Amino acid sequence: MVPHFGLPEFGFLLRGLQWTVLLTLVAFAGGCTAGLAIALLRTCGHKGVEWITRIYIGIFQGTPLLLQLFVVYYGLALTGLKLDAFVAVAIGFTVNASAFLGEIWRGAIQAVPRGQTEAAMALGLHYSSRMRDIVLPQAIRISLPATIGYLVQLIKGTSLAAIVGFIELARAGQIVSNQTFQPLLVFGVVGAMYFVLCWPLSWWGSRMEARLALASQR
Amino acid sequence: MGYTLDFSVVWHAMPALLWGCVGTLGLALAGMTLAMIIGVAGVATRDAKAAWLRALVIGFVEIVRNTPFLVQIFFLFFALPLVGLKLNPTATAIIALGVNGGAYAIEIIRGGVQSIHKGQVEAGYALGLHKGQVFRFIVLKPALRAIYPSLTGQFIMLTLTSSICSAVSAYELTSVAQRIESDTFRSFEVYFSVTFLYLAISWLLMLGFAVISHRFFAYPTR
Repeated sequence: MVPHFGLPEFGFLLRGLQWTVLLTLVAFAGGCTAGLAIALLRTCGHKGVEWITRIYIGIFQGTPLLLQLFVVYYGLALTGLKLDAFVAVAIGFTVNASAFLGEIWRGAIQAVPRGQTEAAMALGLHYSSRMRDIVLPQAIRISLPATIGYLVQLIKGTSLAAIVGFIELARAGQIVSNQTFQPLLVFGVVGAMYFVLCWPLSWWGSRMEARLALASQR
Repeated sequence: MGYTLDFSVVWHAMPALLWGCVGTLGLALAGMTLAMIIGVAGVATRDAKAAWLRALVIGFVEIVRNTPFLVQIFFLFFALPLVGLKLNPTATAIIALGVNGGAYAIEIIRGGVQSIHKGQVEAGYALGLHKGQVFRFIVLKPALRAIYPSLTGQFIMLTLTSSICSAVSAYELTSVAQRIESDTFRSFEVYFSVTFLYLAISWLLMLGFAVISHRFFAYPTR
């Protein structure tokens, strides 16, 4: 007998949603840390280092997320490490996030007026203090809308973990759809769940962008 | 036990992979065309008098932009036959790419149209240009020029997104790669090489877009 889409199925989707959120949070936290390092290296002033980070970012921006995920997933399997599927996809999303956040923050660091850095140098501040106390606080403010935009992309991107078999929201949807033969209802509910997650963030991001644009006009 | 990398399987499969690249480019071009049609129609409708039409366009844009492409293509895969469109996977993928890209195109094109000041159009008329000339030289060309970088960036994104169409087994590079992988079990070698084929495709597109930009938009603004 074919089960109908009911409370147990809905509960299964909700558990998938939990994994989607967890995966996003882990990848975002990891991506923020590594992305900051990338952004700092990309603006360090050393030609060679800047080139390497530029190529790193270019590779991630020029290839599909799905293929990046495949390469990391199967590449890690080759190293002989017995990794949990969650860890493997989390690493995949983390490296992707590091490149994209690195590029967003590179732009933000360079958008901080040059006079700020020069004034900090004139005051005798060292690189670490100059970045931590002067440039980065201003850069973070500039980069917030784009960072939130990337977070929304990341949430949507985690659905690709379904293709390598990790059971998050999209994969849970496929499973329930195959069990109940109600694909439209199931994928409608799955889409609605993603929407509930992403839409408030998108709205917050565009409101902040509008406010920043207004502030820069003054 | 050590694992020896063997890229010869990729080399033997290269003709099939290159045909996959052609499939990807075809899928992307068809998707872009549909996206532009939806984009222009959407912008025209978004400024319509009827409030429900405007709400429809805004709702469409928000829903598409805040849900994953994978879920959208699965939904369309099952929804299109219900409205009488029994299509093969590749045609379904083109519609999904067009619908997804269209929502982004609406936002981008709207920005371009808004970037043209009313005074510029009036200045054009004052200089004695007729209606067609004003539209072509004062509205269309500067608007296209203003949105060109974001539009072409979005097109490259669309090309990369087309890899997800392998989930409904449309004919493109990733599905070709998946077939070769299941024949040879050389997952890493195949996907690693295919990643760089995608990189070549995006570079090719970037180059093409830059040439077009240089040919049509290289004139001073001030």
